[in-house]
Amino acid sequence: MTDNEAHMRQHIRLYIGVFTALAVATVLTVVASNLHVSPTMHLVVALTIAAAKALLVAAIFMHLRWEKTIVLWGVLIVTAIFLTGLIALPALSMGGLPESYHLGSWG
Amino acid sequence: MSSEALLPHTVEPHPVTAMYSGKFGTWLFLASEVMLFGALFSTYVLLRVGAPAEGPGAWLTHEEAHLSWKIGGFNTLVLIISSVTMVLAWASLKMGQFAKGRRYLIVTLVLALLFVAVKMTFEYLPHIHDGYIPSHSTFFAIYYTMTGLHVIHILGGVLIIGYFIGPGCALWKENPDYYTNRIECTGLYWHFVDLVWIFLFPIFYLL
Repeated sequence: MTDNEAHMRQHIRLYIGVFTALAVATVLTVVASNLHVSPTMHLVVALTIAAAKALLVAAIFMHLRWEKTIVLWGVLIVTAIFLTGLIALPALSMGGLPESYHLGSWG
Repeated sequence: MSSEALLPHTVEPHPVTAMYSGKFGTWLFLASEVMLFGALFSTYVLLRVGAPAEGPGAWLTHEEAHLSWKIGGFNTLVLIISSVTMVLAWASLKMGQFAKGRRYLIVTLVLALLFVAVKMTFEYLPHIHDGYIPSHSTFFAIYYTMTGLHVIHILGGVLIIGYFIGPGCALWKENPDYYTNRIECTGLYWHFVDLVWIFLFPIFYLL
């Protein structure tokens, strides 16, 4: 077996391991949604598990764990900053809504 | 005429980005996709938090919306498995195993089509038949927008993967490293599509 093959076979074991973790996390997400906790806690738990799954996919399947180039990380960090602003800024603006607005299912 | 003469850095890393250009270009494209779906997720947050208690703008429960977590959960597992087969296709090609890599690509394609088939058969078509169309409520408006855009991305991926299983695989004979790199880029796109669903599933089916 060449070095390249040995290296790839190690990666393949990792991919199968990550798949198992993702499948378990999916089941956990469903189980957690049936817990008797507040809507806020449901939200926090569901998004935390989703974020963990996303991290695994990005790090292992998309090979970010092994990418070291500063240019790529620069692009990703800037994207993350803008995404945070894109979601946070409108959400933070909700404080300015008139009294007649009911804060729906998460209020 | 070699592929390298037409496009530079299809295999050799670019001196500035330190990776082959297709990969960097794909990441830039995915950054724009993050903003596209991010804007819709932001819209979802606003619509849900601002939803009134009654009327067409009121938020629906999963029972009211006839959304089954079992179907959503099944489709989640289908996409996760397709992500694994996609990366295994690339790994096989890196080891010079073209036939095996192509088989994994075919499985990925079949799983993608299964996802779309389940979505259409058990969700979209019954919903439309029962009158749960985008204009029914705010919930269904954003549901169809986000999941519909996601399905369009799945179909785009089906076209790309289908191309590399079919006519595109001629590139393997001419330049196997270039072909492998293009599969890696396809994989990056595919994993991103899986990533979006990882967030769509809980927000529409569980929360």
